[in-house]
Amino acid sequence: MELQKLHTDVLIIGGGTAGCYAALTIAEHAPDARVLICEKANIRRSGCLAAGVNALNAYITEGRTPQDYVDHARQDAAEIVRGDLLLTMSEQLNAMTAHLERLGLVILKDEKGNYVTRGKWNLKINGENIKPLLADAVNRLEHVTVMDHVNMTDLSVSGDQICGAFGCSVEKEIFYSIRAKAVIICTGGAAGLYQPNHPGFSRHKMWYPPFNTGAGYAMGIRAGAEMTTLEMRFIALRCKDTIAPTGTLAQGVGAKQVNALGEVYEDKYGLTTSQRVHGTVMEDLSGRGPCYLKTEGITPQQDSSLMKAYLNMAPAQTIKWLESGKMPSQQNVEIEGTEPYIVGGHTASGYWVDTNRETTIHGLFAAGDVAGGCPQKYVTGALAEGKIAALSALNYMRSHPAPEISDAEISEQMASAEKFLHQKQARFDCEQLEEAMQTVMDHYAGGIGANYRYNEKQLAIAEERISQLETLSDTLSAANMHELMRIYELRERLTVCKSLIGHLRARKETRWHCFAEHLDYPERDDANYLCYINSKLENGRIKIIRRRLVREEEHYEHPDRP
Amino acid sequence: MSILIDRELCIGCGRCAEVCPGNLIQMDGKALMKYPKDCWGCTSCVKECPVNAVKFFLGADIGGRGSLVYTKQRGDILTWVMECPDGSIKEIDINRKESNQY
Ligand SMILES: Cc1cc2nc3c(=O)[nH]c(=O)nc-3n(C[C@H](O)[C@H](O)[C@H](O)COP(=O)(O)OP(=O)(O)OC[C@H]3O[C@@H](n4cnc5c(N)ncnc54)[C@H](O)[C@@H]3O)c2cc1C
Ligand code: SF4
Ligand code: SF4
Repeated sequence: MELQKLHTDVLIIGGGTAGCYAALTIAEHAPDARVLICEKANIRRSGCLAAGVNALNAYITEGRTPQDYVDHARQDAAEIVRGDLLLTMSEQLNAMTAHLERLGLVILKDEKGNYVTRGKWNLKINGENIKPLLADAVNRLEHVTVMDHVNMTDLSVSGDQICGAFGCSVEKEIFYSIRAKAVIICTGGAAGLYQPNHPGFSRHKMWYPPFNTGAGYAMGIRAGAEMTTLEMRFIALRCKDTIAPTGTLAQGVGAKQVNALGEVYEDKYGLTTSQRVHGTVMEDLSGRGPCYLKTEGITPQQDSSLMKAYLNMAPAQTIKWLESGKMPSQQNVEIEGTEPYIVGGHTASGYWVDTNRETTIHGLFAAGDVAGGCPQKYVTGALAEGKIAALSALNYMRSHPAPEISDAEISEQMASAEKFLHQKQARFDCEQLEEAMQTVMDHYAGGIGANYRYNEKQLAIAEERISQLETLSDTLSAANMHELMRIYELRERLTVCKSLIGHLRARKETRWHCFAEHLDYPERDDANYLCYINSKLENGRIKIIRRRLVREEEHYEHPDRP
Repeated sequence: MSILIDRELCIGCGRCAEVCPGNLIQMDGKALMKYPKDCWGCTSCVKECPVNAVKFFLGADIGGRGSLVYTKQRGDILTWVMECPDGSIKEIDINRKESNQY
């Protein structure tokens, strides 16, 4: 492999929602600062926003305040949120919305020019081109360089200070060593840890992007960064087969969750995100499945609007309606829970950060789905965090020169990548190990097949089997750079699985049905678990750290920083 | 769920391979769908193709019945075209300047 050494002021890893906005923020506040975005795909359509989104899910509507949003998110997460992170994010949501509109996003307005709201916090939009709009804005910036098709794999840390990061091209045999004064990690969450809804030909027809493989979490875990609340997994309630969002039906046309007998069951189990999934599992287990969103009886006009709305975000659903010849007005839409994801934009999993979004590694900032403590970010929240992290990174950069990355470290990192390109194919290939990992997680760590439940014994088995797979993954070989990327993806998923299992074992209670449903401890236990479960990898083992809850009145700083 | 690339129609511009968020399409002069089982179904490649050579379909395992879908663009209008197995064609126009109603 060829070695390329680069250096920059701010390195942004992942040019998705948060990453693009971090670049826009830096260009606005420090036009001379050099920014490098390293993106695994192409920022035009990479990450969560690739297909488009259906609404802006986080907006402070008329008559409500950012504090109301904090309260709402706290209630939905049964208290395990960071008040400081939620409040600082919520205060930016409407400014982010206004900026998106200036970039060209179409947002529905009434005759008076006010945004039309959907439910308490949503705005109606045409979100099909939201990612190209952000990417075009970034590509216009003078001092921002975008390197597409570069898969970042590891951080370079000296002491507790960031020095930069390493990565490989996904096309050419190039290894990158990138030195930076500050690094912002924005790689999104992790999909593909668990067996998906359709493990066959359509295995990647999942809700979360299958290409967001938890790289950012894994890099941080390996570098000794502290993670929080990984045990609060996210399971989405989605349209059967197409895994298309259900909010458009539930909030848009007021469709209720009904069982096969036609009974509305959502009131029985509660309306938080996890309770909606739980209710669906329970109805199925009680023999009253399948479950549906009740759309029968809506008007043909509504049918036609729904078909268009889905084309703008999840085209498979519209195709499904057209191919079956049955419109939602004629047939209720079947729903199911997805496999669990780790995604800090919906739940509170991810990097443990201070109020400024600095991780426990000095000079490494986290934003978007990779950052923990702050659920219900969605698009506008990811943008807000991109902004906050960027401003903090700029501040840090001014007083910290970029440390060198030693040649020894570069050689070691490069050798570990080259090993996979040179060694002979062992007994198993990457795909077999990926399937093995997903099966283990499904059976023993609460996947779809286990109705999202687990016990101590099962988690112990999961831990052992994931360790075995980690060892086996050392023996893989790659014929080209794409295959090398796949090996890295598998290895980062295994790293995340290991930490996740540690977190599931540590929270010995059931606070959230489905998200973390521990059969040995089926009740909520406020006396012992009204706290964050955090973790760090130390000498190859997961160390669990409990931390007290942080409220919005507080400006949180990392306590153990030397 | 995946895509088919009509290599007769493909002019080798490389745009589909450039945008795919999973780096699944490779160029050998023309576009080649290298990893059909890894497609997320985001349709980014479909919308990018200038000659409608990329078509999208639902796998049989998620209820697909064999229709192929592509898009055409004229100004603000994005037309989704569905070619059904019986030869019939369905079209839906989306005005990119209009918001979703839901
Ligand atoms: C299908 C779907 C629909 C959604 N719909 C809505 C909606 O309607 N409304 C709403 O408000 N929110 C919605 N959300 C949520 C919202 O889109 C996300 O929370 C938000 O976009 C997350 O931003 P992010 O920057 O953290 O992640 P992303 O935007 O996914 O960015 C992560 C980026 O990192 C890159 N990357 C990953 N690994 C590496 C690596 N190793 N090296 C380099 N780059 C890497 C990825 O390619 C990607 O570009 C939706 C999410 C999904 C998945
Ligand atoms: S639909 Fe999306 S994931 Fe599938 S090949 Fe096209 S661009 Fe790639
Ligand atoms: S975008 Fe269309 S024409 Fe261009 S390479 Fe892809 S298939 Fe061929």
